[in-house]
Amino acid sequence: MNATMAKSSSPKRSRLTRQGVVMTLYLVFLLLPIYWLLNMSLKTNEEILSTFSLWPQDLTFKNYITIFTDPSWYSGYINSITYVLMNTVISITVALPAAYAFSRYRFLGDKHLFFWLLTNRMAPPAVFALPFFQLYSSVGLFDTHIGVALAHCLFNVPLAVWILEGFMSGVPKEIDETAYIDGYSFGRFFTRIFMPLIASGIGVTAFFCFMFSWVELLLARTLTSVAAKPIAATMTRTVSASGMDWGVLAAAGILTIIPGALVIWFVRNYIAKGFALGRV
Amino acid sequence: MNKTWNNKAWWMVLPVVLLVAFSAVIPLMTVVNYSVQDTFGNNQFFWAGLQWFEEIVNSERFHDALGRQFLFSGIILLIEIPLGIFIAMNMPKKGWSISVCLVLMSLPLLIPWNVVGTIWQIFGRVDIGLLGAAANKLGIDYNYTRDIGDAWFTVIIMDVWHWTSLVALLCYAGLQSIPEAYYQAARIDGASKWAIFRYIQLPKMRGVLLIAVLLRFMDSFMIYTEPFVVTGGGPGNATTFLSIDLVKMAIGQFDLGPAAAFSLVYFLIILLLSWVFYTIMTNLDKQER
Repeated sequence: MNATMAKSSSPKRSRLTRQGVVMTLYLVFLLLPIYWLLNMSLKTNEEILSTFSLWPQDLTFKNYITIFTDPSWYSGYINSITYVLMNTVISITVALPAAYAFSRYRFLGDKHLFFWLLTNRMAPPAVFALPFFQLYSSVGLFDTHIGVALAHCLFNVPLAVWILEGFMSGVPKEIDETAYIDGYSFGRFFTRIFMPLIASGIGVTAFFCFMFSWVELLLARTLTSVAAKPIAATMTRTVSASGMDWGVLAAAGILTIIPGALVIWFVRNYIAKGFALGRV
Repeated sequence: MNKTWNNKAWWMVLPVVLLVAFSAVIPLMTVVNYSVQDTFGNNQFFWAGLQWFEEIVNSERFHDALGRQFLFSGIILLIEIPLGIFIAMNMPKKGWSISVCLVLMSLPLLIPWNVVGTIWQIFGRVDIGLLGAAANKLGIDYNYTRDIGDAWFTVIIMDVWHWTSLVALLCYAGLQSIPEAYYQAARIDGASKWAIFRYIQLPKMRGVLLIAVLLRFMDSFMIYTEPFVVTGGGPGNATTFLSIDLVKMAIGQFDLGPAAAFSLVYFLIILLLSWVFYTIMTNLDKQER
């Protein structure tokens, strides 16, 4: 017994170190480009262009101050967060009943409908850019936050339905039936009993809607000009206009990473399940 | 789960259908409309039939972009899927390091796509970027704005950087769902590491791997922002993928008819491929239940 214990523990230790090496290398690979951006955001433009150093020689927060004091920069963040939150709320509100219907009932054309929703998740935004511009201009939604939020529903609503359906299918149907026997109405059952049961699923869905709306640029840029211009578009336009202000560009990039990094902590254990559309 | 037949459930999906239809069907019909018409400006359109479709399907430009697109998607799948499995198998099994790994690995997934492009644009530059400068110090002639091979290398390594974590996270979730008893049984049978991987882990990861392939294939097939920011489709047309070419045509040159036909052919290809994947996926679901 002792001999087998020793035998099985020694290869384990060597595997642990190999694991450590692999993971360290991979994480370094992931973090190095981000570190380089952070490094640049803390330098002045002169230092970026004249000297090559692995850390800032002359630490400055000037680039961040520029962003926080110039309305054309910080309004981009406010715009982005506004339409992202709108989109998240809309997507979840309409997706909840639909996901419930898909997980509990069979109805005419349900499979086709589900596949049709999937195709919208897979549709290239480039295909829709121009017609979106025309449609939203003609109904007066061009350059509004709600316009971008609605456009992002194209891929976020199908995603939300998919993820929520996965989570809802994990809740036994007997719970519904018991609640109806106990005299709950559908609305009361759904809000009082069912939604708390899938709370983690709703959280994950919200996270994914937030994420995909936050990272998307093509539609957001096509549908806005001034009033609702997202931070991502501010970045691309400033680059082309003012002869490359590298420091500010890097600082703006770092600031777009922060919201994602903050929310990620809360959903870290559910990320994979969400990406698998609730099917792990 | 046994589902009851109830057509009233349509009322619950109606809001979703209306909302998505507004954002999907109306624009799609606009595209269809343009694709069969020609214009001389002044908003005067006349019927052009299938002329644009014939033109696009036979044009070298479309073939080249499509070829580059398949090559790109193929390469990144060949790298990301095995690498993702490898990373997932090396992830820590317990302790605080799991959380650290999960959070750090998810980080690239939450960066806006144009910032991903910006990061790599800077990182690869020969004057101010770590990668470009280091490569040139080592005597490698690396410049992604001039050399086609270097441009491809940059775009591919950027995509690997951006999305391998997704594959790894999915595989990790698949591995987590394997009961410890399976490994114990394998140890009693004296199974080799390879046998454990081949006969226990890989079959258990089949479902998530399929989702990973589906997501990575589809998303890489419509990639736009990242290569556009880094290379702008260049040098020449070397990294002009389908979406980049389409936007160039539709918004840059305002060739509405050909661009619309291009969109529809592009969309049909994606539709066909997602249908294939979807069928495989639902069949797998059925087998497992």
